[in-house]
Amino acid sequence: MAGAAVLGRLKWHLCTVVALRDETATARTIALQVPDWPGHLAGQRVDLRVTAGDGYAAVREYSIASAPRSDGRLELSVERVPDGEVSPYLTQDLAVGDRVELRGPIGGWFVWRDDQIEPIQLVAGGSGIVPLMAMIRSRAAARSAAPFRLLYSVRNPASVWYLHELQALESDRGVGITYIYTRAAPANWPRPPGRIDATVVADASWPASVSPTCYVCGPTSFVEHVAGLMTSSGHSPERIRTERFGPSGNRP
Amino acid sequence: MAQSRGFVGRRGAATVTLPPGQYLTEEFPVLSAGPTPHVPLEEWALTIDDGKNALRQWNWKSFRELPTEAITTDIHCVTRWSKLGTTWEGVSLDTLLADITSDASFALVRSYGGYTTNLPVADLRNKKAWIAFRFDGVDLAAEHGGPARLLVPHLYLWKSAKWVRGITLLDHDEAGFWERNGYHNYGDPWREQRYSGD
Repeated sequence: MAGAAVLGRLKWHLCTVVALRDETATARTIALQVPDWPGHLAGQRVDLRVTAGDGYAAVREYSIASAPRSDGRLELSVERVPDGEVSPYLTQDLAVGDRVELRGPIGGWFVWRDDQIEPIQLVAGGSGIVPLMAMIRSRAAARSAAPFRLLYSVRNPASVWYLHELQALESDRGVGITYIYTRAAPANWPRPPGRIDATVVADASWPASVSPTCYVCGPTSFVEHVAGLMTSSGHSPERIRTERFGPSGNRP
Repeated sequence: MAQSRGFVGRRGAATVTLPPGQYLTEEFPVLSAGPTPHVPLEEWALTIDDGKNALRQWNWKSFRELPTEAITTDIHCVTRWSKLGTTWEGVSLDTLLADITSDASFALVRSYGGYTTNLPVADLRNKKAWIAFRFDGVDLAAEHGGPARLLVPHLYLWKSAKWVRGITLLDHDEAGFWERNGYHNYGDPWREQRYSGD
């Protein structure tokens, strides 16, 4: 797959919005048709540029949610930041047929390649699910048998992104998924609401003894907390890759 | 540029000039590739070497006996946030490099946790770079690079290596961590050198 090596200057691609899908009350997936897209790896990001009528432009970085495809279609999922400059436009105003510009792919570290065969532990906090979803989708697209587990921390049952697709990937593709609810859990859920702790890490994630590669993505405080738990439980820091959002928040 | 129908945007305050493509934040976001290392002060050391031999080394006590400077500077992260007027305390690289005679043109900065970044030695000299250990009046938090980090505010902030443990002076340029992972070799925010090829 191209995109691992960046050769020459990344150019801006004028793309067309081809589909929109609400993930939650505040998050939306945007499907784009990108002419001449060089391809990407799961976990990589793009710069997205929107331009006002007077030429004023704003650029933000977003993780790619979709697996690499050869037809130039690519999906981003964006959380609305209440005071944001760009995300309210993307999640509320943008319509099918509208144009935005993309530049990328960006980042060569927080990536999963489909020739990785070792166990993979994914840990997402909120919108941190996006690059990890790209990895899960890439694994399915490549028919990889790499053992994947996902710990997904959300506020409540209504804040799960990609819910039905994750259920299908769990049953059809054997991705082990554990949801952690921090504010409100579903009825009869065995664990009271709360953040990920050492017990959750011990019970629901790959043990350090199988030498998983770990990808942790979410707000800074979440990533600091989880990475600390994982190193305390014996995971080698070199095997833990992190991507942090905020505290200025979720890539406004 | 192509217009995006219906996008209005906000114009920044006219009195502030930021590098191209940056926006202002009052916060201090964190960008790190892995877990935050926690380095006990009694184990901390800073070494300047030439790739073969140590040229100078300080432990925390001897490092903190060096003269320090108060620094007020703007900082710019490649992920597009900028923060103005940040205040730091640190030891100037001019002080650390003062007794070292070297023809080296390049530096590879090394961190606890394995992170590296490269820059020309010229960018470390002449009141442009510090090893900082206080931010905003308090000891530098581990997530922001404490106990001590490099501060080279005229370059994108990934060059200001957190958890610094050493600087290797080299006669050739050697790419660091992000520089091998798609980011620009030099990283001047005013020339918007974000990614390799920019």
